[in-house]
Parts: sequence; structure tokens; C-alpha cells
Amino acid sequence: MIGRMLVRLGRAVLPALMLCGATTATLQAAEPVKIGSFLAVTGGASFLGDPEKKTLEMYVDAINADGGINGQPVELILYDSGTSAKQALTFVKRLIEQDEVDVIVGGTTSGETMAVIREVEKAGVPFISLAGAGVIIDPVKKWVFKTPHTDRLAVQKIFDDMKARGLTQVALLSGSGGFDKSCRKNAQELAPEMGMTIVADESHGKGDTDMTPQLTKIKNTDGVQAFLYCGFGAPTSIVAKNVSQIGLTVPHYQTQGSASMKFIQGADGAAEGARLPVAALLVVDQLPDDHPQKQVATAYRDAYEKKYGESVSAFGGHAYDGLYIVAQAMERAGGTDKETVRTEIENTKNFIGADGVFNMSATDHLGLDTRSFVMVEVKDGNWKLLQ
Amino acid sequence: MGFWQPRRAGILALAAVIAVLPAVLPNAFYYDVVILVGINAIVCVGLNLLIGYGGQISLGHAGFFGLGAYFSAVLTGTYDWPPLAALATGAVSVGVLSFIVARPILKLKGHYLAMGTLGMGIIISIALNQEVDITGGPDGMPVPAFAIAGWEPSSEQTWYWIVAALLMISVWLALNLIDSPVGRALRSVHGSEVAASVAGVDVTRYKILIFVVSAVMASFAGSLYAHYTGFITPDEASFFHSIEFVTMVVLGGMASTFGSLVGAAILTILPQLLTVLHDFEMLAFGAILMGTMIFMRKGLVPSLVDLAKRARP
Repeated sequence: MIGRMLVRLGRAVLPALMLCGATTATLQAAEPVKIGSFLAVTGGASFLGDPEKKTLEMYVDAINADGGINGQPVELILYDSGTSAKQALTFVKRLIEQDEVDVIVGGTTSGETMAVIREVEKAGVPFISLAGAGVIIDPVKKWVFKTPHTDRLAVQKIFDDMKARGLTQVALLSGSGGFDKSCRKNAQELAPEMGMTIVADESHGKGDTDMTPQLTKIKNTDGVQAFLYCGFGAPTSIVAKNVSQIGLTVPHYQTQGSASMKFIQGADGAAEGARLPVAALLVVDQLPDDHPQKQVATAYRDAYEKKYGESVSAFGGHAYDGLYIVAQAMERAGGTDKETVRTEIENTKNFIGADGVFNMSATDHLGLDTRSFVMVEVKDGNWKLLQ
Repeated sequence: MGFWQPRRAGILALAAVIAVLPAVLPNAFYYDVVILVGINAIVCVGLNLLIGYGGQISLGHAGFFGLGAYFSAVLTGTYDWPPLAALATGAVSVGVLSFIVARPILKLKGHYLAMGTLGMGIIISIALNQEVDITGGPDGMPVPAFAIAGWEPSSEQTWYWIVAALLMISVWLALNLIDSPVGRALRSVHGSEVAASVAGVDVTRYKILIFVVSAVMASFAGSLYAHYTGFITPDEASFFHSIEFVTMVVLGGMASTFGSLVGAAILTILPQLLTVLHDFEMLAFGAILMGTMIFMRKGLVPSLVDLAKRARP
């Protein structure tokens, strides 16, 4: 009885499964170019995955309206990983084995991306990740690329700015998250290379609501010239508040992990004067007209805000860049042969995207440098571009 | 009856399904889904012993699953242990840990027991997230291949047979346990702890025993999963993953080993099926779960068996 039921279940489920792939095909005409994607549209990282999904959908439509890639229509096959590395891996297998996609643009979080790298490398499909961690492309993996800035670039940009102001002795505070730890590690590695000294290195736990003990220690450390906080989300505002409460007056730096209006609002005025590196997209109106990204970033922001009626975020920009890097590589390759497309992605030069100007190579599968960030200062409750 | 006892028929049917499946699975993606069903099913068969037969609830089983996974990942990855030794060490350590926490936790009843196991699961999850130097923190860590004396399963097909064999063994063990004196004692505990102890059943001992057995099975499945996917994150030990396991058991039907298999299969396959619905995926998922629980309170398999019995008096 039960056995028969199992068999029946199998019979019912398998053909249905097979149908799934087929139903997403909407375009007729020539054999479509298949772009696969898996994004954290729901779950913990949905604030990243949702704008990425909207961006991909919007621009795939735009590309199709323009006649597709090499005359072929583009088909986007997108799955929601629910911010789960496990689901991500299954969906990547589905994209590769079942949907037979030509290229994958996706992977919202570093965990999801790292979980699928082995599969992607094994199958040999070009993959552009939309996640932040540096380990994704360092060491370089043959088939894996990414578009978002790494925390290493952010720290470099911050140290550059400090040096320009003659500040070389830095006090560091970091949280316990993956981003925080990675940022701290990069700061420690980059400091000697760039002639900086880390004179204090404090940390706080996840969910801490008061960092005054750590900040007091920093205040009492001799020779501190600048303060850098490596963190993400809610603690960024708390740190800014605490800094002003205990009267720590040295220049205050944070990372792109604070690049959200919530940081300014949450700090209740205490964020004034804090400096951080952000994507040009965030301050697009203040960019000088000759800034290379001005045009692209303005167009993207206007299109996104018009279509979805919500303010643009830097995260959707990662997806924009990933999609167009692939589209251009395919046009140069004149087809969808995976090996050729991979080589052409690697040959991406002077691609102006939302995240910066990309120059990839066999040893650099990100292709951004510190110019892709702009330094901003919090002023009157908003971002003020520093020239 | 004789040879054709229902449970023997069940295990033969399971063997037949496992043997036939490769003929209808078209590619590695299907194998992947079926392998995940198998790994989840091993956890659920164990958890069902605790929930369905022991009458205890655990909202922390993903913690054991995660611990098993991380034992394998850390011992093989960081310390170059052979995978089998790491798997065994993980299972034994989780066994010891569950034994230690079982006594105080299983003294609790009802909601308090659920809260106790939930707290334990969350503690494990926090530890995996926070010990960045050991576990790689929230971003997870890679796991080396499952190499045994130089041989390693690389394709999904090989993993299919490994997981299938282990699932068969788990089901067989569970069925035997249920029909042994231990199983009968457990069911009496489920029925009424007072009556059971009056009848001379050492209630605490049996509850601890079954808790440890199910924890070890979860750890074992966790180790397998880690080696199979090659990358794990602390999500494996998260509260939501625990809930997922419990849902599989309840949906399939408590106190039905094959129900656990069906529950694991449905909840693993459903998200893949529902991708067709795009934005309504979560909605449909919830509706299916609610519908099943409202109209089939005993769970899928027991309800359907009842239905079949009624149709054929």
C-alpha cells in the first residue's frame, strides 16, 4: 500500500518537475540565450536579493526590447534561494543540469556563492557572483567572477583618505559578523603595506547595544589619530552615538557597511562628520559631470525608481553590472560557447557600470580599484561627496 | 500474514522505489534532490522515534545535524582526519552531549520541553556562528570530499547509492526498535508516563535512550550532508531548520516511519516544484501545509492508510 503510494507520488512528481523548466520559456523565435540566476529574494538577505531580482528582470526586458544578444532573445531563469546555501546549491545544479543555462549571474550572499563554487567549477559554466567577500575571487577561480566591491578595497580607500589628511595612527573597532572580521583582517594586513599603524584593536559581540567600554579604551589610548569602525547594520548607528557621547573627537570613519540612510537616521545626528566609502550610485546627483559613472548611474537610478517606485540601492547595481558584463562578453564572443564567453568576461575592459569601471584580467576577476568608491561625509543628515 | 507483515512490505517497497528511481531520474539535478530527500529522511526517521513514539518534542534537532556537519568539516578540513573517523567522532560526541542534556531537559514536559530543546539548538547555532576561527562564522566553510582509503564518491549517482543504503539501514533499525521491548515501552511512555512507570517501565531511561539515538542519527546525517555538498554554513543548525525537520515528521505522520520518509520527500521536493509559481511560492507552500494539517490531522500516511482501510472494509 505505502509502497504503491510512494511509486504513485514519484510518478506524479517527476513529470511535474520536468515541466517546470519548460514553462519559464516565454520567448519564441530564435534559440534563446539562457541566463540563470539564484537570488536571496526572501529570507534574511532579501533586502539585497530583492533589488537584484528587480534589476535583472527590468534589464533583461530592456535587452530583449533592443533585439536581444547577437539577435537571440534572452531568457532569464531565476530561482529564489531563500538566503539558504543549501537551496542555492540545489538551484545551481538545476540551472546547470536541467535548464542548461549558458551563464549564471547570481548568488546574493557570500555563503550562497561559496557553496556553489565547486559545482560551477566542475560543470564549467561562467558565473558572476553578486556577493561581497574577497575569498570568492581570491584565489582566482577559473569560472568565477564578481561585481561588488570587496571590503579590502573599502579599507584601502579609507586608508588613502586618512593618509591624505596626515593621519597614520588608527584605532579599530569591529563586530563579530563575517563582514566585520574580514574588514578587520584586511585592515591589519593593509596597514603595514600602506604605512599605517593600528594602535588599538577592539571588538564587540553580536547584538551588543553599548560600545562605550571599547570606545573609552580607545579614547585613553595614546596617539590615536583616527577611528575606524568595521561593521554592518544596526551597530553602526550605536557606535556613532557612543562616539559622540564619550567625546571621542578624532576623525571618524566607517565602511560601506554603513552606507544606508538608516545609519544616519539611527545615529540621531551623531553621524555628522563621519566619513565612509560608498558606490557612486548613492551620490549620483553630486557627481561632477565628467565623472565616468555619472551617466550610467543616473540612467540606472532613474529607470529603477521610475519602474518600481522605490529608492535605488547599491545592491541592485551589482546585478546590473553582472548582467551587462555578460551581455557584452557574449556579443564579443559572437555566441554562447562557455569557454569563449568566459575568456571574454575576463577580457572586460573599461566597462562602466553602477559599481565602478571594470578592468578584469586573468589574475583579477573583480576588476575594480579604489576609484570605484567615492568618499562621502555625513552632512546635514545626508551624504556629502568629498572632492 | 507471516512473511508479508506490513512493515516488511513497507521496507521492500522502499527498496523497490530506491532500485527503480535511477531508471527515471534524467540528470544530476534530480539525483541531487533525491539525495537531499534521503539525508533529511534519515534525520526524520530518528526524530520520529522521539516525537511519534516517545511522545517528546525536540525543536533543536538541527543543532545536532549542524554539529555533526561541523565535526566532519573541521576534523577533516582543518585537522586532516579521515572522514569516517571524523563522522564517528561527531556521532559519539553528539551522543555524549545529548546524553548530558537529556536528563535535565527531558524532565520538562510539554511547552517547557519544547523550550528547553529550542534553547539548546539556539545555543549550538550561536556557537557555530560566533567561533569564527574554528567554523568560519556566518559565511560557512568548505568540506573536503568523503574519501575512504583513496576512493571518493564524486558523482551524484555514487552518492545516491550511499545515501540509499544508509537510509535503508536507518529505516530497518527504526522498525526493529519500534517492535522491540524498547519500542513498546516507549509507546507506553507516550500513552501515559504515570501508567508506564506503574507498569514498571523506567520512563526516564527510555526517554533518554531515544533522545540520544535520534540525536546521533541527526549528527550522522549532518556529516553525510557536509561531505556531499562540500560547503556548510551555520544555517544547517538554525532554529528554522529544526522546525523544518519537525514539520516533515508531523506532515508525513507521527508514529509512522514511512510517514517520515514521505514528509521528508514532500518538503524537500515541494520548493522545487513551486518555483513555477514565482512570487506565490511561499503562499502555496503555506497553504499546502495548512491544508494537510487541517484535513489530515494524523499526517499524510496514517490518514491515507485509514482512508484506504475504510474504502476496503
